[in-house]
Amino acid sequence: MSATLTSRRIFIKKMAATAAMTAAMTMFPGIIFASEQLAGISEGNLDWKKGPCRFCGVGCGILVGVENGKAVAVKGDPNSSVNKGLLCVKGYHQTMCIQASDRLTHALVKKNGKYVKTPINEALDLVARKMKSTIEKHGKDSVAMYTSGQSTIPEGYVASKLMKGAIGTNNLDCNARLCMASAVTGFLTSFGADEPMGCYEDIDHADYFITWGNNMAEMHPVLFSRMLEQKNNRGAKIIDFATRTTRSSTASNRSILFEPQTDLAVANAICYEIINNGWVNTKFVEDHTTFSKGLTKMGYGLEDNYSFTDKPTKINFAEYKKFLEDYTPEKVEKYSKVSAKDIKYLASIYGNPNKKVVSYWCMGMNQHTRGTWMNNLVYNIHLLTGKISQPGNGPFSLTGQPSACGTAREVGTFTHKLPHGVVTNRKDREMAARIWKVPVERIPAKPTYHATEMFRAVDRGDIKFIWTQVTNPLVSLPKTKRYTAGMKKDSCFVVVSDVFPTPTSDVADVILPASWHIEKSGLYGNSERRTQYWDKMVEGPGDTTPDAWMTIEVAKRMGYGDLFPYSKENHAEEIYNEYRQFHEGAKHGMAPLEVLKKESGVIWPYVNGKSTQWRFNSKYDPACDNGKDFHFYGKPDGKAVIWQRPYEPAAEFPDKEYPFWLNTGRVIEHWHTGSMTRRIPVLHKAMPHAYVEFHPDDAKALSIRDGENVKVISRRGECVLPASINKRGLPTKGQVFVPFFDENMMINDVTLDAFCPISKEPDYKKCAVKIQKA
Amino acid sequence: MAIKSYLAHPHSGQKEKLINELLALKNCEIIPAENKDVIILVTDTESDSDDDILKQHIETFNSLKLLALVSGFNTPKNDL
Repeated sequence: MSATLTSRRIFIKKMAATAAMTAAMTMFPGIIFASEQLAGISEGNLDWKKGPCRFCGVGCGILVGVENGKAVAVKGDPNSSVNKGLLCVKGYHQTMCIQASDRLTHALVKKNGKYVKTPINEALDLVARKMKSTIEKHGKDSVAMYTSGQSTIPEGYVASKLMKGAIGTNNLDCNARLCMASAVTGFLTSFGADEPMGCYEDIDHADYFITWGNNMAEMHPVLFSRMLEQKNNRGAKIIDFATRTTRSSTASNRSILFEPQTDLAVANAICYEIINNGWVNTKFVEDHTTFSKGLTKMGYGLEDNYSFTDKPTKINFAEYKKFLEDYTPEKVEKYSKVSAKDIKYLASIYGNPNKKVVSYWCMGMNQHTRGTWMNNLVYNIHLLTGKISQPGNGPFSLTGQPSACGTAREVGTFTHKLPHGVVTNRKDREMAARIWKVPVERIPAKPTYHATEMFRAVDRGDIKFIWTQVTNPLVSLPKTKRYTAGMKKDSCFVVVSDVFPTPTSDVADVILPASWHIEKSGLYGNSERRTQYWDKMVEGPGDTTPDAWMTIEVAKRMGYGDLFPYSKENHAEEIYNEYRQFHEGAKHGMAPLEVLKKESGVIWPYVNGKSTQWRFNSKYDPACDNGKDFHFYGKPDGKAVIWQRPYEPAAEFPDKEYPFWLNTGRVIEHWHTGSMTRRIPVLHKAMPHAYVEFHPDDAKALSIRDGENVKVISRRGECVLPASINKRGLPTKGQVFVPFFDENMMINDVTLDAFCPISKEPDYKKCAVKIQKA
Repeated sequence: MAIKSYLAHPHSGQKEKLINELLALKNCEIIPAENKDVIILVTDTESDSDDDILKQHIETFNSLKLLALVSGFNTPKNDL
């Protein structure tokens, strides 16, 4: 016994050393340690089980070491082509939150203002009864579900089936609306098909990586370490184009800073330069693209019930060229604060036919009141130069959540989506009705509430029952104050499924105890279209139950049992096999579960036993059937669209009263609202609370010292935080930055709920604030 | 019972000195990088207070420029 325990301790020390070596490899590409010390970790008595990481959208493969039914260690899966054995600091420690002392282990029902521990079956009875009676009294559009990009594929699928197929309402949306919706509408408007055309192997081929408002060193550290490896080994170059100097900036070859919102103008100026210098790939453009423009001055969605529908109009190349005359580098430098020289430098990288370029972005471009346009504009650059859908050449939108792609986008847990296509398309509704075995008339043809509007409807009293799963909107929504007050109103019955208590569960009428990641079987889909399956690895405590199974149990209690004929033991597998039918064919075929069980993930389209790494390129993609080298088959004419999209100002910008831009974001130690990572002692200790970053000149002008508490105040609310000067990040002058992980320092009480009119994704990166000493 | 790992960054030209100072501590194991100025440090202490004392002691070394925590694992006492 003693020998076993000693070997386990030695094992843990080796794990700690491995984590440090991995971190060192990220910081110092090419670093070498003595080979005998890298000989690997003693396996002890552990049973290693494979799965995807619980956290970001990179989708690293992990191996979880299980001993006596407990998860005791995590290491990177060396067989995963995503991370090749690497993990980030969150990844190594992920399972340590499971045993948190305040873990939700039993259902809690609010009675007379107090939460009462309740058997799970009784709690589910109550949820079903409430949902049913609300529908009977107020109609089916009075109930809503709000799910997550962290929901597994089966969880998202049964939520969609319950709401759209069984009940017959489109009141289903998810938190991926807050992070990826602009990427979706960008892909759909430019290509007619969602998700990146390339894959992570692009990193091994590209000569240049241009990151657009994207701090990959902290948010996608494993991919960034792969880029650094290429920088070190092959001389690949990283150009960081951002509004704030970060760890990514300092590790890059060049850091170019721009004034918030003017990325729109700079992207157009790059296109101007490409055309003006004769760098257009004329054959590619003539064969594979068309030109369009849409409506402008769309507004910002600040008012309730705002609606907008774009009206695309075809234009020609000459008209597009004329439009770009407003975006010469010399004109744009005046308001973007990017020198004409730097704009020309960026354009020359894209314009060089002998260099391969990948553009990466994530929240900087997506959380933008013109997020769809920004996505379109980066596609324009790649389409004009023909640098797309080839190894090392392409635009690549990264995701923030582990299954924002697999669940939110592919299963379709948005109000307008179905597992295949959209609710507005009759053929897509017919397909859903056939597979779900429901009358097609039951699936409404009109989308209802996107995330922000859903919580506005709760506040207005229009939604009278809401069930949230795997998400914490009362920390993550912009202008949270309004929505917290709304969720507290008696007019809405609130059900929250979660693993830990959060500010959202604090306002719930019923709290359902959810199983954590490895306590259930599931599937996630990552940024590169890779679907990954995992088997349940450990038992969850108490009455904890997978979200999919809780949804099924509620559906059965509401009388929809015939539509949910799944078994408790194998429901994840049974649901996936049903779901796969939606994507049959060469354009989106998904791998059989037997394949996913063996492999560390498989990229779709999975055709004839092979992943498709580069879509739309006939050399790699069997779905291309136009007889040409490229086929953008998402569009009826097989051509991608180059969009004329202008620069327009942000919804709110600094003025005399509120003189600073506020930018919000994440830190490497914490996952989103911190409900998991703040319960992992080492991560919490490393980053115990939020802060507000200043440019040193601004701090000096305001006589603010490092660590001193200050108030960040907007027209909507205020937040007190310690000042951070010359530490992790450096905002440009006139800008402050605050991470949003800390529920005790609620910066989202300060942010603005303006959104992109096309994607409905809020802009968390730009609003106006003033600073006062606290 | 805490096991932690750090990246220890020495001041320029002080790597060997830092290695020797760390090697002299009984609760520390180190893995120096062969081609970069960084040392992996793994500490193994009996309690959180011992851990804090050890860390404070290490931070007094003049050869040390920066000590960056990477990972930490708490293990039950009976693990020994």
